Amino acid sequence: MANLKQLSEREERLTGGHRLCAGCGASIIVRQILLATNYPVVASCSTGCLEVSTTLYPYTAWKNPFIHNAFENSAVTISGAEAMFRARKRTGEIPADKKIKFIAFGGDGGTYDIGIQSLSGAMERGHDMLYVCYNNEAYMNTGIQRSSATSMGAATTTSPAGTVIPGKKEYPKDLTEVMAAHHLPYVAQASPGYYMDLIKKVEKAMEIEGPKFMNTLAPCPRGWRHPNDAAIKVAKLAVDCCFWPLYEVVDDKYSLTGQSKLIAAGKKEKIPLVDYIKTQGRFKHLLAPKNKEFLDSIQTELDKRWERLVKLSEL
Amino acid sequence: MAKPMAISGNFAAAYSTKQINPHIVAAYPITPQTLMMEKFSEYVANGEVDTELICVESEHSAMSACIGAAAAGGRVITSTAANGLALMFEVVYIAASLRLPMTMCVMNRALSGPINIHCDHSDAMGVRDSGWIQVFNENAQEVYDTMFQACRIGEHKDIKLPVMVNFDGFITSHKVERVDVLDDDVVQDYIGKFEPMYPLLDVDNPLTYGPLDLFDYYFEHKRQQVDAMQKALPIIEKEMKAYGKVSGREYGIMESYHLDDADYVIICMSSTAGTTKFVVDRMRAQGKKVGLLKLRLFRPFPAKQIAEQLAGVKRIAVLDRSESFGAFGGPLFTEVRNALYDVNDKPGITGYVYGLGGRDISADQIEGVFNKLISAPDKMIGDIQYLGVRGD
Repeated sequence: MANLKQLSEREERLTGGHRLCAGCGASIIVRQILLATNYPVVASCSTGCLEVSTTLYPYTAWKNPFIHNAFENSAVTISGAEAMFRARKRTGEIPADKKIKFIAFGGDGGTYDIGIQSLSGAMERGHDMLYVCYNNEAYMNTGIQRSSATSMGAATTTSPAGTVIPGKKEYPKDLTEVMAAHHLPYVAQASPGYYMDLIKKVEKAMEIEGPKFMNTLAPCPRGWRHPNDAAIKVAKLAVDCCFWPLYEVVDDKYSLTGQSKLIAAGKKEKIPLVDYIKTQGRFKHLLAPKNKEFLDSIQTELDKRWERLVKLSEL
Repeated sequence: MAKPMAISGNFAAAYSTKQINPHIVAAYPITPQTLMMEKFSEYVANGEVDTELICVESEHSAMSACIGAAAAGGRVITSTAANGLALMFEVVYIAASLRLPMTMCVMNRALSGPINIHCDHSDAMGVRDSGWIQVFNENAQEVYDTMFQACRIGEHKDIKLPVMVNFDGFITSHKVERVDVLDDDVVQDYIGKFEPMYPLLDVDNPLTYGPLDLFDYYFEHKRQQVDAMQKALPIIEKEMKAYGKVSGREYGIMESYHLDDADYVIICMSSTAGTTKFVVDRMRAQGKKVGLLKLRLFRPFPAKQIAEQLAGVKRIAVLDRSESFGAFGGPLFTEVRNALYDVNDKPGITGYVYGLGGRDISADQIEGVFNKLISAPDKMIGDIQYLGVRGD
């Protein structure tokens, strides 16, 4: 595995000067992922913050071939490119030993919601590709509307914390588990807060042939209402409270990784959810005494999910 | 050399696709397109093609996969109909605006609702402004031949646009006809090797496809698409003609049938042109000066050529197999009438909407249209009539 010094010497494939917000988690994730591999990469991205901010014509921040098609089809678009790569190898137009890695990026809107059909189809068909969701838990590009990835209780512009309803009323869809149910050769959950874990996972995925899925938590200062310099801290706390466990599923075998593995082994402390919640304005109303019961119920649900994952990883 | 086969339009589309041997076919099944995909899947399963077949989970994904594949650099073919094309709508525009050559067969079928599986042209007309070249075909032979022309046209360096090969659902897609097929090597020589332009797979020369394009550049890019369409028209005429040297079957962007001395003319597209030819023959035998203008190329619309063809004609009926709700006439009628605006001594023109949802159109009905043209008063009012519908 590449160490920090080696990573720092690699060429940046997502250049600076793009128009993502200061402190945006998405660009950190993409940069880390592209740094994690030395293979040539062809990337796609769904419509969203990442796409609009990195490709404002006539500029592009991408130093590898890149395609944006539409909102709901990042996975299938890259699957078409990957199929063409195989077809042209078959006809001898591309040398048989040529290696290109195909990576599709999408936000939670483009992945959990409008793009889930395209994603599921591409994974089922077995294309040799990695899909990466940068999950910032809402439709940030259109102005922080709720998605099916938005946390229970989070305030968004379409699930505001009102006098009657305290933010989003539903738990987020567990997309990582949905993808694990596709029985893919590699499924992982990662956080830019624990970047070596993330990089290790990308390196591993790049050596596995077939469809791979990685779900990453992407703090969004604007939408989550935290300071611009807090994304990494928040991304760590999400793991530390076991809201966003680090794990991987390799050929159906679950394993906790990094910090989450240490927490399960009792070597690191599992912090209370409230320590994560209180760092973000979107959860501010949950700290009010009248919502204590609601917050407690979220902690209970979270514990249940964590215990289930720990058990799965012991199988 | 060429040999005759007794095959359906769908089979002709599949067989020509096999002979093209494209890098990628991505499609989703929909009636009446399925038989093409099933036949082609057999070719893949039997190792008769090099094609990577992508059986996607929706038509939206079919076109999206085609876009990714075409951008990667290679020959790409898909097919669909009706609701499938409607589901693709968003990405049909994107394929054209990214200037990605590919071919899509559309076995024209009525759009829902109510759901109907039979022929009309509402599906293709729904995407007539999408930037695709649209060719309408009368029979299986035309479908077969147009598939090869589509490669040459769409991939031409001055065009770089996707091509839609339309033919009538069930009527042409399922009817078995004689089709004269070419040898594989003749096809390959004609279409030539695919030369990718700016392929995504060229990792040493990375580029970005599909950037955000706002008020400062979007309009120029749209203007370039307009230019490509305008440049396409003479190239398409040339390519269709040149195909005659390869196959012995020369095509034009339109076909004139007894038009030279005709006073009364029907304009229509696809299989109805075949029925109209039969009626023209029957009425010519009675000494009536009737004729047909069958339009093959609908986009880019050959307005000037149509005006030239119709100079000196007394009266015209335009037959539309789709409705444009709230418009003054069907899409073909409005285009043809528009094309005639600058003609001196304008012919009288009337429009008919017919055959929606697969409603049969008979030779007698077409003869009735001609007879109405013949007996109409000198000053015809361009109104719209409905052919073969209850209550009209």
